[in-house]
Amino acid sequence: MPSSPSQLSADHFVADLEETPIRAVDAVDESEKPRSSWTDAWESMRSRPLFWISGVLILLIIAVAIFPGVFNHVSATSANLNNSNGSPRAGHIMGFTYQGQDVYARLIVGARASLTVGILATLICTVIGIIIGALAGYYGGWLDAVVSRIGDIFFSIPTVLGAIVIMTTIPNRTPLTVAVILAIFAWPQVARQMRGAVISAAATDYVMASTALGVSRFRILIRHVVPNAINPVIVIATVSLGTFIVAESTLSFLGIGLPGTTISWGNDISSAQTYLRTAPLPLLWPAVALSITVLSFLMMGDVVRDALDPKARARR
Amino acid sequence: MTTTTETSTTTNFEAQKGKPLLEIKGLNIGFKTQNGYVEAVRGVDLSLGQGETLAIVGESGSGKSTTATSIIDLLPGTGKVTSGEIWFDGKNLVTLPKAELSDIRGREIGYVPQDPMSNLDPVLSIGWQVEETIRANRVATGRKEVRAHAIQVLKDAGLSDADKRLKQYPHQFSGGMRQRVLIGIGLSSRPKLLIADEPTSALDVTVQRRILDHLETLTRDYGTSVLFITHDLGLAAERAEKLVVMYKGRVVESGPSQEILANPQHPYTQRLVAAAPSLASRRIQSQISPSVTHGVTVSDVGSDDALRIEQAHEREAAASKAKDFIKVENLTKVYNIRQGGFKSLELKAVDDVSFEIPRGTTMALVGESGSGKSTVAKLVLQLESITSGTVAVDGQSIGALKGRELFDFRRRVQPVFQDPYGSLDPMYSVGNTIAEPLTTHNIGDRASRQARVRELLEQVSLPVSTINRYPNELSGGQRQRIAVARALALKPDVIVLDEAVSALDVLVQGQILNLLTDLQSELGLTYLFITHDLAVVRLVADNVCVMQKGKVVERATTDEVFSNPEQAYTRDLLEAIPGANFQFGA
Amino acid sequence: MVWYASRRLLQLIPVFFGATLLIYFMVFALPGDPVAALYGDKQPSPEVIAQVRAQFNLDKPFIVQYLIWIGHLFQGNLGTTFSGIPVIDQLKQAFPITFRLSMLALLFEAVAGILVGLVSGLRRGKIFDNSALVVSLLLISVPTFVIGFLLQYFFGVKWGLFSTTVSAAAPWHELVLPAIVLATVSFAYIVRLTRSSVAETMNADFVRTATAKGLPRRRVIYVHILRNSLVPVVTYLGVDIGSLMVGAIVTEGIFNIQGVGGTVYKAIQLGQGPTVVAFVAIMVIIFMLANLLVDLLYALLDPRIRYAK
Repeated sequence: MPSSPSQLSADHFVADLEETPIRAVDAVDESEKPRSSWTDAWESMRSRPLFWISGVLILLIIAVAIFPGVFNHVSATSANLNNSNGSPRAGHIMGFTYQGQDVYARLIVGARASLTVGILATLICTVIGIIIGALAGYYGGWLDAVVSRIGDIFFSIPTVLGAIVIMTTIPNRTPLTVAVILAIFAWPQVARQMRGAVISAAATDYVMASTALGVSRFRILIRHVVPNAINPVIVIATVSLGTFIVAESTLSFLGIGLPGTTISWGNDISSAQTYLRTAPLPLLWPAVALSITVLSFLMMGDVVRDALDPKARARR
Repeated sequence: MTTTTETSTTTNFEAQKGKPLLEIKGLNIGFKTQNGYVEAVRGVDLSLGQGETLAIVGESGSGKSTTATSIIDLLPGTGKVTSGEIWFDGKNLVTLPKAELSDIRGREIGYVPQDPMSNLDPVLSIGWQVEETIRANRVATGRKEVRAHAIQVLKDAGLSDADKRLKQYPHQFSGGMRQRVLIGIGLSSRPKLLIADEPTSALDVTVQRRILDHLETLTRDYGTSVLFITHDLGLAAERAEKLVVMYKGRVVESGPSQEILANPQHPYTQRLVAAAPSLASRRIQSQISPSVTHGVTVSDVGSDDALRIEQAHEREAAASKAKDFIKVENLTKVYNIRQGGFKSLELKAVDDVSFEIPRGTTMALVGESGSGKSTVAKLVLQLESITSGTVAVDGQSIGALKGRELFDFRRRVQPVFQDPYGSLDPMYSVGNTIAEPLTTHNIGDRASRQARVRELLEQVSLPVSTINRYPNELSGGQRQRIAVARALALKPDVIVLDEAVSALDVLVQGQILNLLTDLQSELGLTYLFITHDLAVVRLVADNVCVMQKGKVVERATTDEVFSNPEQAYTRDLLEAIPGANFQFGA
Repeated sequence: MVWYASRRLLQLIPVFFGATLLIYFMVFALPGDPVAALYGDKQPSPEVIAQVRAQFNLDKPFIVQYLIWIGHLFQGNLGTTFSGIPVIDQLKQAFPITFRLSMLALLFEAVAGILVGLVSGLRRGKIFDNSALVVSLLLISVPTFVIGFLLQYFFGVKWGLFSTTVSAAAPWHELVLPAIVLATVSFAYIVRLTRSSVAETMNADFVRTATAKGLPRRRVIYVHILRNSLVPVVTYLGVDIGSLMVGAIVTEGIFNIQGVGGTVYKAIQLGQGPTVVAFVAIMVIIFMLANLLVDLLYALLDPRIRYAK
């Protein structure tokens, strides 16, 4: 017991001042380095092995897509029917397709088509979704009503289903057309997310404070609202890159994705299916490549979500 | 096993009358975080007797809620009791098997949580939630009995039409009614101990008062001991016989409430008592008769308060020159609320409001939620359009301002909002936030703006190094300082403070109020101070408008309102200030 | 509730017309000869072309074409397939098979997905949770048709546990393997969604209060945590029906099931555009109706929706 004045009653306890030093009210802790929310996010990502695994894989896949020549020296198209469904051997580590083409070579070359579709579709649908969602959510009124109804219509057609219908009618298909058509049916998801995030960001006090400062409405949208609303869309974009690649391969599998002359994983899986019983390898390898690619983007999406959502970070 | 415990419990109960019901000894609680292990509660001792009421008082982060939730093993996340004992009714709850503890929860220890909005399951009906409690604690069995009991519980808690409301869902209840339901649930099995964790801090003062009165009656009737957790010293003093003051995880002072408040020993308690606005305002009132205001001496009141009163008189003298710097006349704002389909409802948020604010003075707009006070703030700031009536600042009517004129007007009137966590853009550094008004209005070049930001930081007593930090690194009070700095950047004449200190801990609140008062006398600012807290008004305002349901019900100088309130509603508000009735011993 | 249901139904009407118009527009009003495009490499005889032109009224203005088509749709006249059978007859045959298949898949993914997700969410960071996360990520990243081939290869070809194809009648037991294939990806999504939803609900204030009320842990989990966690999961089920349909095309194609999906698959392979368009249009309509059901289920779960005006 500390020295307490005699007039205090018996159960009046006062802690020893030395044991409970009081600090200045509300002093700024100047010992730590300043950290923005991006710094926080980066540090959270950096500390996770999953980030490095998926990051390295994604970089590798992108490198393969851009410089296939570095990874492969065998022709992907030259066919030798003597090698039809041939087993792996030196120089042809993954064996041959039914046409006698080198599976590994086609794997390397096919990366570009799959990745192009994935990246293009993600870019298009994210950009459209962000712009439309942000404008609708921010300006509201009739613009919002019209855009939301149009979004509902596109949303009511499942992406790949819509793509199937349109693809059957388009004769000359390129990675760009496939990407555009996938994006046409996929943008409402991004737009909805963006719209919701923009609405809640626009209702904050800092937006009101900026309005009271005289900052113009559009400038507030660009400088305050969008930067604060973009996080969930970044997560969606990362994940949907993977799902677009799956969608492209599904279309190719059905025979209405990229034309048969284009080397892509989806096409190779599709053409190998006939001989699945006797020669599963030509189907397995592109399937593995495809899955690893998609997996990398999904894992990256997980890491990014955890990093951008402080709540999720705390929960982990 | 169970039978032996049961019998020993009953004998203990008889033997322990007058003895402590709850006794916490040397309690340590730690949390695992990303940055390692953090001790949230260190060596806490407290004891609560049968039928007693004890309040744990402290600011956010003091460990008061952690201590309370550890009693019923409901620590959030990674929290763990690392050492110490919690004796309840002869059992050490720390070492008790989980099943037995679950049996004590609800049945012997009731719990009333803080936020009525988030503590009822949104997808289940009120009746269901009360009934499952009754069933789980075996208070009644059989469908009809349980139902009848549930209705009784809710009626006791003050929901007179309980039988009709059983089928309704939480979202159909107001905050006050939800809290009544939660109190009903907490007391449904007549527990020996009730833990009430800030049970009314989310409610309006008059609602708070009614609910606390009711809670007091019930617990007295049931002979329930109450453990109150609160940040409000006034409330604690008014409602509890014993007080435990916590600071940074430790108990710094404990004992009889009256004695602690009258004669605080620990420096922290002393600070807390000095800063509690409700208590201070009561002191000023009790010793000043309205006619002899000037006779106040420094020893009668805290030196801060005396200084403020003096400053107020100086301001009043200066103000008489510009009586109507801000003139609000017949201000009305009507919202059309869409009701689905083509129906719409007209809501008169502000109804024929008139007042003037002399230059360099503070006008407080007081009212409870829904009174329209914040809407008035937005109208004065021209963030919402005026339906009818006028607002004039320095002779210029602002309702019709557009484009360039509106842009120029914005330099003169600036806001500081309530929520320190929402009023700063988390993506902007402090420097950019404070510089935004300067860049927007194209004032100076980069270097001179940077210099002005530093100057402003100094003005609000923040270190210059804060410039590169982000809001998420700062405390609520620090953020509010930055909001003030941003508002000051354009050298405005008027600052509209919309509940600017309401979300802050009392000591921080006092600091910000001091800062605002200093800035006012330094820069000759005119304040429109929106608040629900009359106690704060006493410390800062020269004039007061009391608002209720969109209308101004009373308008007078601060002294008049406090010493001689004319309207019953104002009196209700004054009465409801926690601690307003508390009489100091010495 | 009635108000909510009728409002949702009313909202469906413009979406229905919008979506059918969109599909119709993209197929028939884009530049180029739609009939030629619809049949791809295998151009039919001039008589068939003439018949298709007449069927779709391609000589009339676009909007008239659409109105006639939608009018036919309401009368149950969906045109004829390449081999001259009315689409509606083929649909009557194929639909029950696909319905059985998707119900099995839905049952599997919902029950297993919610169960695994719940356990995972309650034991965050434990072995079960981590393995469930890894497995679900793997399942999502492997396309349905690859899973189909793999299961077909191992269960059908290598181990001979199931037949690799499904007979024309498609009884329930033959549909088990295809249903599992169809459900895998959605199962993985539901696991992940339930897991994060449970994790979030567990931290909700009302869950703590429920424990403080003295409820046993099981009751807190099943009544309060699970019920609230299901709200977003049910919303996802609506979207998921769309991916089930695409999955049905792939799965029924692989297992040679003669359902709606299998018919579309074959029509695509054979380049029979009009059949594809007709069937997919019907799938979109079913998707909308299914979503309406999901919305009602959603309202049943969440009173805030039910009472919203």
